[in-house]
Amino acid sequence: MNIKQKTFLLALSSLFLGVSLLQAQPGGDGRQMDDPALYDTTGRSIAEYFAPATKEKMTPDADGFIQRWLLLEPINKPNRSNTVFTDSYLRKAFDTLYFPNQFTILPKDGEKVKVGDNDLAWHALDSKLFNVKLFRFAYGLNKPIYGVIFWAVTVVNSPEEMENVRMAVGSNSASMWWLNGDEAVLLSGDRRMVMDDCVSPRLTLHKGKNVIRGVVINGPGMSDFCVRFLDEKGEPIKNITISCE
Amino acid sequence: MKRNKIFGSIALLSLILTGTITAQIGTPFIHDPSTIVECEGKYYTFGTFGGGLISEDGWTWNGGAERPGRGAAPDALKIGDRYLVAYSSTGGGLGGGHNGKILTMWNKTLDPNSPDFKFTDPIEVASSEGMEDCDAIDAGLLLDPTTGQLWCTYGTYFGFIRMVELDPKTGKRVEGNEAIDIAIDCEATTLMYRNGWYYLLGTHGTCCDGANSTYNIVVGRSKQITGPYVDNVGREMLKGGGKMVIAAHDRVTGPGHFGRWVIDEGVEKMSCHFEADLDQGGRSVLGIRPLLWKNDWPVAGEKFKEGTYEIESERRGYALELVVDFVRMPRGPRGFNRDNDEPIVPVPSQKLEDVISTWPTGNINVRIGDYMFRPHQKWTITAVPDAGGYPGGPYYKIVIEGTERALAATAEAEVITVPEFTGAPEQLWRIDQLIDGTYRIMPKVVPNSNKKLALISIGDSTPTLAEFDMNSDNSKWNFRNH
Repeated sequence: MNIKQKTFLLALSSLFLGVSLLQAQPGGDGRQMDDPALYDTTGRSIAEYFAPATKEKMTPDADGFIQRWLLLEPINKPNRSNTVFTDSYLRKAFDTLYFPNQFTILPKDGEKVKVGDNDLAWHALDSKLFNVKLFRFAYGLNKPIYGVIFWAVTVVNSPEEMENVRMAVGSNSASMWWLNGDEAVLLSGDRRMVMDDCVSPRLTLHKGKNVIRGVVINGPGMSDFCVRFLDEKGEPIKNITISCE
Repeated sequence: MKRNKIFGSIALLSLILTGTITAQIGTPFIHDPSTIVECEGKYYTFGTFGGGLISEDGWTWNGGAERPGRGAAPDALKIGDRYLVAYSSTGGGLGGGHNGKILTMWNKTLDPNSPDFKFTDPIEVASSEGMEDCDAIDAGLLLDPTTGQLWCTYGTYFGFIRMVELDPKTGKRVEGNEAIDIAIDCEATTLMYRNGWYYLLGTHGTCCDGANSTYNIVVGRSKQITGPYVDNVGREMLKGGGKMVIAAHDRVTGPGHFGRWVIDEGVEKMSCHFEADLDQGGRSVLGIRPLLWKNDWPVAGEKFKEGTYEIESERRGYALELVVDFVRMPRGPRGFNRDNDEPIVPVPSQKLEDVISTWPTGNINVRIGDYMFRPHQKWTITAVPDAGGYPGGPYYKIVIEGTERALAATAEAEVITVPEFTGAPEQLWRIDQLIDGTYRIMPKVVPNSNKKLALISIGDSTPTLAEFDMNSDNSKWNFRNH
C-alpha cells in the first residue's frame, strides 16, 4: 500500500467515524452526514427504485421474489455500528413497541403512525428490483438513512394451502420476519443482503391471505432486503399473488 | 495370488483350525475378500478357503457366510435375482505349479439359513496349466452396464492378467471366447465402469507378510473393456503401469483385492483386505473405505478421524454454529499511525469459559455463520461404542467442544442441540465421505419419521434435515481442523 492509499484510507476512516458519530444523534431527519453532497436534497426521488403499488394483480418475479410492499418511513434507532446486532439485542429491539398495532397493522398507503414525536407514513410500493432498497427509499424521501428501523408489510394470496414452504430472506443489516403473526426467521449480526441467506423452518401458507411482516435494522451503510418463498425442493414459489390489502 | 500368498492363507487357516485365532466370530478377519454383496438386507463377503463374513449394518462383521469349494480369492455379483460366485481352485500351492481353474456357481440367496440356499455345481470357465504365462486364480467379475456382457478377469504376478467373457444367464464361458491379456505384474484384479471409462484394478506389492506386506491397489483405465488399460502417466498395465488407489496407512498394511460398493448416488465405498491391522494383532481384516473420484480416477478416501472440527457447509463455506449471542473479543490495535515498535503480545483465543455463561442452558438451535474459531463453532466428533454403524463407519456423537451439548434431529426434521448427549438415536450421526471428498452427515433416526434425511444447508445461514442430493452443494459438508 502506498502513502497515497494510506492517506486516502485514513481520510475515509475519519469521514466514516465522523459520519458514525453524527448519525448517532437522533432526529437527524436526513442530515446525518457532513458530506455537503448529502445536504442537497434537490431532485431526490424514489422513482428509480420504486413505483406506486397499483390495484393490478402482482405475482412474484421470475425467481419468486416479492416486490410489492408497504414500507414505513424509517424510525430513528441510532447505532454507530452493526456489530451490536446480536440475537438478544435484536429480540429486545424488535419487541419494543414503536407504534400502535405494530404487530397486527395492515396499513393503507399514506396512513401515518406516530413514533415519538414523528409522524411516519406508510408507502405502498412496487420495487423495481428483486430486492427492496430501503436506503434508497429513505434517501429519496429525505428521511434518515442511517441508524434506522424499517417496518415492512405485505399480503401473499395463495391459491391453495401450501405446507412445508419456507420463507427465504436476505437483509442488510439484521431483520426479523413473521408470517401470519408467527415468527418465521431472524437474521442477526452485521449482515449483508444475500438471497436465501436465512431460511425459516417449514411453514404453511394458508389458502387466501397471508400477512408477511418484517423489520429491518441498520446502523451505517446501505439497507435493503429480499424475500421469497421456497417449496420443499428449494424451488421458488411463484403461483401466488401479492397485494397490499 | 502367488505362492507365498497361498502359503500365507494356509498359515492363516492353520491358525484358525488350531484355535489360536477365533476365526471370524465377532471380528472382520478375512483374506482376499470378494466384492461386498447385499442380500435380503444383509451384507456378504467371501474369502479364501471358503466361508466369509456377514454384516447387518456394514460396520460389524461376523463369520457365517458359506461358500463351498474352498479355493482362493472369490468374487460375487448379483445378476437378476441370483448371485454368481466365482472362485479359483489352485493347482500349484506350495509346490510352485501354476495349474489353476476359475469356477463359477449360482445361488438364489446368500443366507445360509434360507431354505433356498443351495449353490449350483461349479462350472470351469478358465484355467492355466503347467508353465504357461498365467495363473488362473483371483477371479473378478463385471457385468458391463453398457452392453450387458459379463466379464471375468483373473491371474497373478505369474504371467498375464487375462479376461474372458461369460454368459450372464449361465455363468459359463461364452462359446469360442478367447482370453485376452490385459495386464502384467499384478493380481487380485477386477473391473469397474464409470462415466465412459472401464477401470482395471490390480494389487501390486508383496502379499501375505503381515505387517511387512507391501500390497497396494493400483488402477488403469480404458475406453474399451478389452483395453488397453493405461495409467495416469500413459503406461499400459500390460507394461506394469498402475496408479495408486490405496496403500498402507493408519496402522494397517497391505490393502488388496479391491471391490466397489455403490451405496447411493455419490456415496461409494471400496472393500479390500488389509494384510495386517496392527490394532487387531496384525490379523488380516476386511477394510472398507470411501471411494473418491478425482478427474475420473478412483482413489481411496480416509476413514473419518475423531477430533474437533469446524463443520463447514460446502454451499457457501460458512460454519455450523449454535444460535447464541456473538461475544466480541478485544479488537486489538488498529489504524495506520500506530507505534509498531510496541511489543507484540499474542491475543489468546476465545475460550469456552469466556462465553458459556451467556448461552442458554436448554436446547439451543443451530445455524450456519462466518467461521471465527469461536467455542460455539467447534464440534467434537467421537464414535459411540455399541451404537452400531453403517457401511464403513460407526455412529458418532457431535458435541460442542468441552461440553456434552449434542447435535440432534427433531421430529420437525430440523436440527438443534440438546444440553446433554444421551445416546438417543436422533443424537447419533452417520458420516460418509462422498465421491468428491466432501461429506454427507445424516442422523441415525429422525423422530417419528422413517425417512432417510441428511443435514442440508437450506439457506446460506440455515441448516435443516432434508433428502440428500449429490448434485447440490447444499447437501455437502467439510470437516476442517484449524
